[in-house]
Amino acid sequence: MASDQAKATKRSKRGVPEGLWQRCPGCKRVIFGKEAEKRLGVCPECGHHFYLSAKDRINQLLDSGTFTEWDAHLRPTDPLEFRDKKAYVDRLQAEQKRTGLSDAAITGSGMIRARRVAIGVTDSAFIMGSMGSVVGERLARLVERATKDDLPVIIVSGSGGGARMHEGMLSLMQMAKVSAALARHDQHGGLFISVQTNPTMGGVAASFAALGDVVFAEPEALIGFAGPRTIEATIRVELPKGFQTSEFQLEHGFVDRIVPRNKLKSEIARVIDYCGK
Amino acid sequence: MDTMHPGLAFEQPIYDLIVARQELEKLPEIPATVEDEIRRLRREEAEITKRIYGNLTPWQTVQVARHKNRPHTSDYLSLVCEEFVELHGDRRFGDDRALITGFAKIDNAKILIVGHQKGKTYKERSACFFGCAHPEGYRKALAKMKFAAKFGMPVVCLIDTPGAYPGVGAEERGQSQAIAENMYEMSRLRTPIICVVIGEGGSGGALGIGVGDNIAMLQHAYYSVISPEGCAGILWKSHEFAEQAATALRFTSKDLPGLGVVDDVIEEPLGGAHRDQHQMATRLKAYLSKSLRQLREKPLDELLEARYQKFRRMGVFLDNGKA
Repeated sequence: MASDQAKATKRSKRGVPEGLWQRCPGCKRVIFGKEAEKRLGVCPECGHHFYLSAKDRINQLLDSGTFTEWDAHLRPTDPLEFRDKKAYVDRLQAEQKRTGLSDAAITGSGMIRARRVAIGVTDSAFIMGSMGSVVGERLARLVERATKDDLPVIIVSGSGGGARMHEGMLSLMQMAKVSAALARHDQHGGLFISVQTNPTMGGVAASFAALGDVVFAEPEALIGFAGPRTIEATIRVELPKGFQTSEFQLEHGFVDRIVPRNKLKSEIARVIDYCGK
Repeated sequence: MDTMHPGLAFEQPIYDLIVARQELEKLPEIPATVEDEIRRLRREEAEITKRIYGNLTPWQTVQVARHKNRPHTSDYLSLVCEEFVELHGDRRFGDDRALITGFAKIDNAKILIVGHQKGKTYKERSACFFGCAHPEGYRKALAKMKFAAKFGMPVVCLIDTPGAYPGVGAEERGQSQAIAENMYEMSRLRTPIICVVIGEGGSGGALGIGVGDNIAMLQHAYYSVISPEGCAGILWKSHEFAEQAATALRFTSKDLPGLGVVDDVIEEPLGGAHRDQHQMATRLKAYLSKSLRQLREKPLDELLEARYQKFRRMGVFLDNGKA
């Protein structure tokens, strides 16, 4: 299920522009790092949306100082004793050290323009943002608590990896688990806004990210089910330009609105108001 | 059952014995000593088959699950069901041949069957993309399942797919959305659902018809988050490591009940389902009849709560340091 990495061309890999000067992967122009940062991680020249960490996303979206993290104490483990070229336990440790995250999702509650929400964000820097047991459990608990407290759910997905291979079928089943929790939320009249960002693929695209009452996407994100390399290998033709982008998803009816990063907060607030939540 | 057919490489010792025995059986007259020899060959064949099939590696299991003579949904429709009334089309785009749906009767119980279809001949196989469904297949399945629920018919899903189809059309028509919606709706569909992995349980393509009250798999089926080849390509950077990936992924019927992913394992005849379709069908039918009876007795609200909790419990992680 885990899908290919985003194609290198045109899209940024993880890696925030740091340092004084940066080359934008979108327009290849050299830009002033601070300038992009001031624009929420968007290239001032071409509007390219850089990778954003889950923490930065939460800071951008929520009113300052309102975020309370939920279920931060959950930790991944290694139920399959999985080993490829590297043992999964070692991979986990290395990723935790590199990203400062315990796993690929942060969940909690906070305010968006003074509206209380339950929010989850997946971070594509942690094993491709893939969903294992901890990501699934944090999201399921988030949704269940939001249902109980009558809060709108916002999930911002940045997951190129889909269901995490290293936890095998347990990962695949997180798709069903989170989807089932969202179905109950829906049954109780709860609102769910899904925000798809670069990249949203595989088992994440094929579960919660697709199930929003409203689905937003950031511009030019890679969004799809099968990875482009898998498709090319199967059908042996070159993929059309713009295939599996946010714009492609909008054109085919799977995204309600493409929302640039600087508008995301106000657009979310507006949907919450329309739904009376 | 004993007809010669090209088997899998690791089955060669079994087929050697079958060939030797069949040679003897061809003799116009069979003297007593040859009869003894035939009996001995039969015994040896059974012993070797038991030894080989009792110790299949995960990679061998994958080969058995993909065996060209392994019974498919179409075989079970004729061997398990007294009747099958196919219902075509998703009312939106088309009629996916990789996922077939229709009314059926098992021991006179009226049910809806949803099953992946792999095809037998090359023509059939390419018409159904080798069992890889498109979004219209998942949408057809959901539409018919809702129809079944409306009239109180339980649903039986037979899962046998390498995965959902990876292609341009599938993406254009929302493969992700179709699979997601199926899980979402199946988790709350107000009728009993039994899911059985009969061959390949390929990732999201399997789970798209895989949410239910009883999740079962045949003994030599496999059910995996990703194909072993795909996993090897990503993590080992080469498909040649598929065998290692198959072991690492822990996707056989020996692993999955312990992980809480599969409720029941249906034992296969000696030498695998492809050696004796009729016996396999009898066992599957017995399992389905029993499960249908049990699930029908439960009040629907209880059933749905148990279904939710089953999936809710899946996952292994540390909570305050405890697993």
